[in-house]
Amino acid sequence: MGKKVSSLGKTYLTLGFIFLYLPILILIIFSFNESKLVTVWGGFSTKWYGELLNDKQMLGAAWMSFKIAFLAASSAVVLGTMASIVMVRMGKFKGKAAFASMITAPLVMPEVITGLSLLLLFVAMAQTIGWPAGRGMLTILIAHVTFCTAFVAVVVSSRLREMDVSLEEAARDLGAPPWKVFFLVTLPIIAPALVSGWLLAFTLSLDDLVIASFVSGPGSTTLPMVVYSSVRLGLSPKINALATIIVLLATTGVLTAWWLARRVETQSVNLPTGDS
Amino acid sequence: MSWGRKSVISVPYLWLTLFFLVPFVIVFKISFSEMDYAIPPYTDLFTWADEQLTLTLNLGNYAYLFTDDLYIRAYLSSIRIAAIATIICLFVAYPIAYVIARAPSATRNALLMLVILPSWTSFLIRIYAWVGILKNNGLINNFLMWLGIIDQPIAMLNTEFAVYVGIVYAYLPFMVLPLYTNLMKLDNSLLEAASDLGAPPWKVFLTVTLPLSKAGMIAGSMLVFIPSVGEFIIPDMLGGAETLMIGKVLWQEFFNNRDWPVASAVAIVMLLLLLLPITLFHRYQARELEN
Repeated sequence: MGKKVSSLGKTYLTLGFIFLYLPILILIIFSFNESKLVTVWGGFSTKWYGELLNDKQMLGAAWMSFKIAFLAASSAVVLGTMASIVMVRMGKFKGKAAFASMITAPLVMPEVITGLSLLLLFVAMAQTIGWPAGRGMLTILIAHVTFCTAFVAVVVSSRLREMDVSLEEAARDLGAPPWKVFFLVTLPIIAPALVSGWLLAFTLSLDDLVIASFVSGPGSTTLPMVVYSSVRLGLSPKINALATIIVLLATTGVLTAWWLARRVETQSVNLPTGDS
Repeated sequence: MSWGRKSVISVPYLWLTLFFLVPFVIVFKISFSEMDYAIPPYTDLFTWADEQLTLTLNLGNYAYLFTDDLYIRAYLSSIRIAAIATIICLFVAYPIAYVIARAPSATRNALLMLVILPSWTSFLIRIYAWVGILKNNGLINNFLMWLGIIDQPIAMLNTEFAVYVGIVYAYLPFMVLPLYTNLMKLDNSLLEAASDLGAPPWKVFLTVTLPLSKAGMIAGSMLVFIPSVGEFIIPDMLGGAETLMIGKVLWQEFFNNRDWPVASAVAIVMLLLLLLPITLFHRYQARELEN
């Protein structure tokens, strides 16, 4: 498209960004509020951060969420990459249409439906084959891997489609077996997409309240579950402090990944062989 | 088919079949059983007694959904709220996507990044932020009363209005992204041709740009509409007791009433209602995936 941005466009965009960022900014400002009242300013204080760090339940839940998100994102990257290869590189096979819908449907499926259906599956499995014996970290992990796989597949397959197929063909013509073509040629090229897919899956897993509430069991409370039950009791500056930390970590993580991806892209353009 | 090819296909295939497709079959099955005070809290469809296998299909859950008008009202108001929120979202997002797509390529990526960035922080916490803004002694009311424009707080939290704000706020990036992708692919020469032929900018937009961005509008709308219909967090935190939405009804049926069969029937009917939008979304997405 064109390269002209009118002042009207600039104004609209600015308003849009104010709408997107003002609520987050307000959350951050009130995390430094001395008063317990979240909406009335009572002076600067960092005491809520101190309370947050002493909250054993919150820290335990955060660690549980972190473990689940790490494992879920890593497994989803493997499964999601396989799924993208199947969709983009494998041509037609019997059952491909069904496979395609199992990749796209989780992207929009209301969480209450996914949560309920997975819970009923786990209960039915425990009844018939005795596994998984109880609900907890493992069942949350399986649930998260399943919906994260769909998101990773979208990110990775778009990169796979854009990449230059002739590099793979050249390697194949030189006699490389398919697995070698994948690991030595395809994988390094789609690596930035794997990183963004992993980050996306990690955040989605870390963030999930609804599905985890359905499939969790005693002793496997995740961070969003603790936040939700605390928020139900009323606003709390401690949650604002937690929000500030999450915003800080997410922003640093995403900006670093973005910067790395851009650096990889500009480098590959500068390489004499990269731009074929 | 080679062994390697088969195994690459079958691993994600089996995983998704077992953990995405089969669960729906089980939900469907349990929606025909009866609530029971046992573990698990529902009756078996098949019973074996006196060398007879009996299949008991209990249609009571579905009959119940259609006799108690709570459920029908919840379905209808969920669809209405989701549809209105989707339209507002489309109107807010289109200009954003349009302006970003027309920006110089150096700033385009950064602007897009700024739109997506909020969705990388917790959904729950972003909705929570609006509680403090919208409530009776919240920031908007305090500000307006300080200005002297109003002397009684306006009730905004626990209304349908708050739910619209929440949905538009949380789902805006999902509308902007497909619109942006679509507008970026637009062939510039078509726009130039139209204006060379004397069409004023607004006419170029209405007759060329808008029809060509239909695919992006459909994809974005489905990405907002479908999850919004079953949304739980937003109506629960911002909608109050007055706002009836089916995701919240399902949650309460499951967690408060512990009636798994009725919750399953609620889920099946919701799925049937969403089948058409999901198919629409899938058709767009499949074209994007294969291309």
